[in-house]
Amino acid sequence: MNFKLIIDVSVSLLLARWKQTLVAAIGVTFSITMFIALLGFMSGLNDLLDGLVVNRTPHVRLYNEIEPTKDQPISLSRKYSKDYNFISSVKPKNERLEIYNNGAIMNALKKDDRVLGFAPKITAQVFYNVGAIDLTGVINGVDVEAENKLFFFKDYVTTGNYIDLKNIPNSIILGKGAAQKMMANLGDVIQVTTTKGERMQLKVVGYFESGLQDIDKVQSYASIGTAQKLLGESNSYITDIQIKLKDILMAPSVAKEYAHLFDLEAVDIQTANSQFETGSSVRTLISYAVGITLLIVAGFGIYNILNMMIYEKMDSIAILKATGFSGADVNRIFITIALTIGVFGGLLGLIFGFGLSALIDQIPFNTAALPTIKTYPINYNPKFYMIGSIFSIVTTYLAGYFPSRKASKIDPVIIIRGK
Amino acid sequence: MNNKILESIQVSKFFHDPVDIQVLKDINFSLEKGEFVSVIGKSGCGKSTLLYILSTMDTDYTGNVLIDGIAMRGKKEADLAKIRNQKIGFVFQFHYLLNEFSVLKNVMLPGLKWGNYSEKEVEHRAYEKLKILGIENEAFKKPNQLSGGQKQRVAIARALINDPLIIMGDEPTGNLDKKNSEIVFEIFKELAEEFNQTLLIVTHDNEFAERTHRIIEMQDGMIIKDQKIKK
Repeated sequence: MNFKLIIDVSVSLLLARWKQTLVAAIGVTFSITMFIALLGFMSGLNDLLDGLVVNRTPHVRLYNEIEPTKDQPISLSRKYSKDYNFISSVKPKNERLEIYNNGAIMNALKKDDRVLGFAPKITAQVFYNVGAIDLTGVINGVDVEAENKLFFFKDYVTTGNYIDLKNIPNSIILGKGAAQKMMANLGDVIQVTTTKGERMQLKVVGYFESGLQDIDKVQSYASIGTAQKLLGESNSYITDIQIKLKDILMAPSVAKEYAHLFDLEAVDIQTANSQFETGSSVRTLISYAVGITLLIVAGFGIYNILNMMIYEKMDSIAILKATGFSGADVNRIFITIALTIGVFGGLLGLIFGFGLSALIDQIPFNTAALPTIKTYPINYNPKFYMIGSIFSIVTTYLAGYFPSRKASKIDPVIIIRGK
Repeated sequence: MNNKILESIQVSKFFHDPVDIQVLKDINFSLEKGEFVSVIGKSGCGKSTLLYILSTMDTDYTGNVLIDGIAMRGKKEADLAKIRNQKIGFVFQFHYLLNEFSVLKNVMLPGLKWGNYSEKEVEHRAYEKLKILGIENEAFKKPNQLSGGQKQRVAIARALINDPLIIMGDEPTGNLDKKNSEIVFEIFKELAEEFNQTLLIVTHDNEFAERTHRIIEMQDGMIIKDQKIKK
């Protein structure tokens, strides 16, 4: 009953100044709309950029690094164990890049529950022969199917069919930049020379576009078998094992474990791409900061309007108090006014925010770097909507709290006598 | 003793700004049910100040005020608001109607606040009060569409809605012309004589005061004369 009366009085006060109310509500609506759209857009872009890296980067990469032995013979000698030794200009010995006993390693990986999948790889340094000139390049020998399953290989093969790499012997998918330099069309045969001087002819079955031009100018893909043939190695030769885990956050600990277990170098994605993580968290921070600033500004708008309303309604407040409304009742009336503005403005803001996001989602966004993206990316994470609605209510509550506290403390005698 | 509706015991008040001035000095008096009392005195004699203390709106005083035998000293703000709501009706010099609401709703507000009757009943009672005051035809207008006299009558209806023990008026005719003052006085008189309503009216209109049942005259914060008028 009492509650109903307070709402009744609040609504009447709101409607009596509906233009002011509207301005305040529009302020909230606008800020929530922008908050939702901005965060959706920013995190959509973030996901896209992260995806550029995360989709194509193994969570853990096992490889053999050529480096000088950590333990020099002298440090193994018992005689000098208590001495310091300084050896300068240590060189690595003639070691192969191959991962030894990789069959056993892959078997162990297959049995590991944490592993989603793995793809073996060979990296081969080559020269592309274009007439009299040699261009440096890298051919990645990949297991085509595993590569596609784990790293979305198909998405980046913009021309030609990726599976031809497996089905057509001695085939190659050229990086787009490399293909342009060589003026190689689909079906052409190009010639490459390995660092050891072996020559081989490969048929172009597609172009590959990673989004990073420097990579596209250099990298090409061949099947594992072709790469082994190119390097003149046996069919057990591989240089990298790329592992994808079920939980990306486990990568650092798994990498450490494998490095120890298999006696190989293991790099996890967090270490290899720390700059990306920093970048995306900074971008998220910026968009939250902007969004919350918008909401706070709207809050001040409501505060001002309520403050003005209280000055205008001094007489009404005085008479309400004289006829038996307590300070708490007056407080509730103005809080109700503020919350009404907040709830309705916020709700509209959520709807408009969703609409604006959907609109941005339709804007064409074609870039050579991202062949699979056709429109601007938007993230419709419900979290943003939650934050938006909670924040709109909290800011409007606070914006209403201080003016209403003032209203509740107004002494009716002073106003009534002042006439 | 049980007929004492309002009692003022040793009420004193000081204003501290800019210098300490005692505006009320040990005011003692009581009102019985059905009395029609006017308080007169020159401007600044403290009559309005006394009224606001008696009405519980001003709590900065010494001494005590009993309403219906209950001491007001030391009560919480919310409790005092409840007493104003249920036991006191106010009529001010200025009508203080809320322009956002219709006349009927203005009258209903204190009744709705009390919540003793359902909304329907409060509406019915409000309409009855307007009828007593002869302005039931204006019930659905907004206060700013009424004349000054009509507004004051609406304010009286609002004061009556919860059947208060006492109606307090602070120069209720101060803003009205002769004709409207007459109407308002007749209403007060009717309330006192027919409905046995207790009234305490502060005024500086001596003609008005002389026609009430009891006159309390104040000077320099003290009661100097308290006389009953024989009819």
